[in-house]
Formats: sequence, C-alpha cells, structure tokens
Amino acid sequence: MSPEMLISLLLKALFQTLHMVAVGGVVGSIIGLPIGIFLATSNRGELFPAPLTNKIVGAIVNATRSTPFIILVVAIIPFTRLVTGTSIGTAAAIVPLTIATIPFVARLAESAIREVDQGLIEAARAMGATPMQIVFKVLLAEAKPGLTLALTLTIVSLVGYSAMVGAVGGGGLGDLGIRYGYQRFMPDVMLAVVVVLIVLVQAIQSAGDSLARRFDKRSRKN
Amino acid sequence: MSQIPSSVVPPRPDAAIILPGQPLAASAPMVAFEAVTKRFGGVNGQNAFTALDGIDLTVAKGAITGIIGRSGAGKSTLIRLVNGLEKASSGRVVVDGVEVGGLSETGLRDLRRQVGMIFQHFNLLSSRTAYDNVALPLEIAGFDRKKIRERVAPLIDLVGLGDKSGRYPAELSGGQKQRIGIARALATEPKLLLSDEATSALDPETTQSILELLKRINADLGLTVLLITHEMEVVKTIASDVAVIDRGLIVEAGRTFDVFTDPKHETTRALLSGLPGSNLPEAISRKLMEAPQPGSRAVVRVTFFGETAQQPLISKLMHGLGTEVNIIAGTIDEIAGEPFGSLVIAYDAGPETLERASRFYAQTGLHTEVLGYVA
Repeated sequence: MSPEMLISLLLKALFQTLHMVAVGGVVGSIIGLPIGIFLATSNRGELFPAPLTNKIVGAIVNATRSTPFIILVVAIIPFTRLVTGTSIGTAAAIVPLTIATIPFVARLAESAIREVDQGLIEAARAMGATPMQIVFKVLLAEAKPGLTLALTLTIVSLVGYSAMVGAVGGGGLGDLGIRYGYQRFMPDVMLAVVVVLIVLVQAIQSAGDSLARRFDKRSRKN
Repeated sequence: MSQIPSSVVPPRPDAAIILPGQPLAASAPMVAFEAVTKRFGGVNGQNAFTALDGIDLTVAKGAITGIIGRSGAGKSTLIRLVNGLEKASSGRVVVDGVEVGGLSETGLRDLRRQVGMIFQHFNLLSSRTAYDNVALPLEIAGFDRKKIRERVAPLIDLVGLGDKSGRYPAELSGGQKQRIGIARALATEPKLLLSDEATSALDPETTQSILELLKRINADLGLTVLLITHEMEVVKTIASDVAVIDRGLIVEAGRTFDVFTDPKHETTRALLSGLPGSNLPEAISRKLMEAPQPGSRAVVRVTFFGETAQQPLISKLMHGLGTEVNIIAGTIDEIAGEPFGSLVIAYDAGPETLERASRFYAQTGLHTEVLGYVA
C-alpha cells in the first residue's frame, strides 16, 4: 500500500473514531452526569433522599456496566435501528457507544461527587442553600478536578470501545486495524493504527490531567 | 450517673455591664430550648440513641453563651437544632420568637440566612478564593454582584485579611481560614452566630486571636454568639454565660463566673480540673488524709474574687489565723473578664487555729474548702 493511501485510510478512520467518541462522549456524559449526581445525593438523609429509586437506578447502571460491550452492541440493534433508521455504519455505532458511556460516566461522577467533604454540604445548608444550589455551587464546583479526570477516563475508554464497533460497520481506527492489519496481513497498517491510537490516548490523557490540575486548588502551588 | 435536673438559665438583664457597647438585652431570649429531646436511629422508638434528654436552656440576646461538654455529650446536636440542621424529636427550639420545628423548608432557609455558623474544620470551598467563599452565602441569597462586592470587601477587612482575599484556602493558615469562615458567617448580617468547636483545630495562640475577634464582633455588631466547645479555656475567655452538658443533660448553667468559681456538678469540676492552677501538686494529693491527726496541717483551698480579689490577702490571712501559712498551689486569673484567684494553703490543724480560721473566713466572706490534712 502506498504511503498516500495509508495516510488517507488512517485519516478517514481517525475521523470516524473521533466522530464516534465525540458524539458518544458528549451525549453519554450529558445523560450520565445527572444520573451520577442523583446516585451521589439520593441515599437516605442526603440532599434528594429517594433510597428506593437510588437502588433501582444503581442496579440498572450495574447491569449495563457488566454487559460486555460487544454483546451490548448486538443486543440493542432493534433500539439502534429505531433511533438511527439503520443498524450498520458510524451513526449506528454511536448508539451503543452512548448507551455504554452513560453508566460509566454515572458511576465515575458519583464517586467524584462523594469525594466532596460532607462538611461543605453542611456549611451550605447552614447558609440557607437549596439542594439545587448545593449541587451547582458546592458539589460540582468542588468535584471539578475529579469530574475532569472521570471524563478523561471515559473518553479514553470510548476510544477502546470504538475499536469494537467495526463489528457493525462502524469504521474507525480499530476497524481499520482488524480489516487491513489482521485480515489482509498488512502489519504496517496495524503498526500505524496502534501508533495513532497510542498518540491519541496520550494526548487525551495529558489534556485531561492538565485541565484537572488547573481546576484543583486543594494544594498550595499557584 | 446522677440525675440532676436540667435548669433554666434566666435571661440576664445585666448583659450591658459585662459587654460594653451592648444595648440592654431585651427580655425575650435569642434562643430558647424547651424540653428538647433528640433521639437518633431505632425503629418506633426501639433501640434509639438519646443524644439530648429534655434540654431547657435560654441564650440571652447580645451575650456570648458557651455550651461545654466532653465529646459525645450532645453539644453538636444541640447547636444544630438551632438552625434546623437537626430536628428535635420532641420539645421546642425557639429562635428569636420563631419555633424552628414549625418552619417549612423555605422558612428554614430564611432562618438560616439570619444565623451564621462557623465550624471546627472551617468548611471553606477549596475551589473558591477567600473572597468568593465570603461571597457564597450572598450568592445563595440572590444578591447581585455589585451588592456582593460592597459587603465582602469590608468583611474581609474586618477579619484582618484584606491582603489575602485572592488566595485559595489551601494557601491560608488555620487561623486565617477560620477568619474567612467568620467573615463568611457574617456576610448575610445574621443576628446570631453559632460556633461549632471553632477553635478546636487551632493552636493556643491562634485560638486566642480568634476568640478576640469573636469578642470584638460581639461587642461591635451586637451579635449574639452561641458556641460549643470542649475547652474550658474558650468559655473562660469569652463566654459571659455557660451551660455544662453531659450525656444529653444540662447539668449546670449560669453566669460563667459563678459556675467556674463555684462549680456544683462533678462534670463541671472535672472539666475545670484541666485549667492550670486548679489541681493540687501530685506530691501533696498523694499524702492527703481525710481526718486531722495530732500535729497535722489542714490543706485548704481559698478562692477569692470580686472585692476580695483586691485585698492584701496573704498578710490578712496570717494575721487572722495567728499562725504560719504556707502556700501549696495558686493561680490568679480572669474569668469572663473578672479577676479570680485560687490559693491552696496549709496551716496548723489544731482546734484553736481552726476555730480562728472559720471566724476569719466568715468575717471576710472568703470561699474556702478543706481538701484534707497532711502530716
């Protein structure tokens, strides 16, 4: 394969991966974050006490998380078709990616929010804050470094998941590696895919880390 | 444990004398606890833990009132009833005429905006600068940016941290954090300040400076202060009134000076024994006997305050007793701004001397307590 062709294939696959990761990440986080906030604040005696709902939501989150991603992809094909009108291609692949992202983000966000000192919630209550004010002005503000790291981890995991959606014709870097590198015995394509993935994940992680550090005012350094 | 009934502290009419700059306290108290009980956990009253067991207590307007007790005595629960962070299981908590238990969520939030609170671990938001921490209660109350600026800057100046307003809590010392905590508690111009062990995480020197600040705020702003602590030193330094709490009961309450100079309950005595000068030297207390024997010496604690504190006590004592007196331990101190002294002396325990001693004490009005006898 000529270098030009390889580069063109890589660029196309990279774009597909970024497309899937971006849409899956954004939509999954928009839905997952509120669920995470709910999980972190709805036990007995917390801001929005609803212990039963908390348990049910928690169980659904666990069930989704324990389903292997490739099975999830296949299992929700009817739903995917309902949403996108098709069950193959990049758009169709985004549906299972989003579904998998929601519980992932929810659990990570929950634990980041639970890290916030209970004393701060008490102080805010003593000031006369409403539960919503406590969520936005205290919990989310204080959990920002943890949430940033959680979202970083989510995006990195999404890059990995996106490699599997080749199974439904989702395209992307993983798909390129499997089809050209493995099935057509083209080790140079495989190598290129792996290198691009490594660089991509590194870049995402570094960006996330540095953002989290900037948000974190808990140590004396600035 | 002994079941000493909790007592009611009447609102003190003479607050103005103790706290200069105070308007005369109105007759209605700032806070009143009426037969307040608080139980935790348990199902249908079974296996519940009783944190507070029938508390009757009033907090006078404009005063600094201290509630002191060991950890687990119920003082944290008690102070949290005032701003509704905890709800009483029975009884009434009345804050400036309003019963806290009868308030809706909205009413409770309004009340909390009139009651500031400071905490042992400061509870500042690490993600906000000192300035923005002080601004938080105002944001919550819906003030606009301009009004917030007008309030926050003077408050940060008031607590002496005008140059630190852009710093994050992690860049401040413990004492500075508590100062910001105090500024934050004052932001909504409350009428009552609750202090939850506010100096317990601070070193003695910083503790003194925070107490000075609280005293100044109390005097200048006329703010009522209710503080809980396990440190007698704190109460002694700033509280005009004190209540001693033990296992959910108020065992003793009154003016700090009266309670400290004449403690009635064993818990009060035990807490007071932590103060310097209040204990006998080990070498003496070990040899102490309960009854006099021929040739033994009486060990007596003489406490003097008010007028007697001004007199040339030692020479009068020697003269009055007609015998030699040796000093075993002693302390001269100030309690709630009043001078107070405690002297442990020993003298000949012969019947003649004891007779003269009791006459002398009766004449001079000195408070005495025979601790025992030594050979």
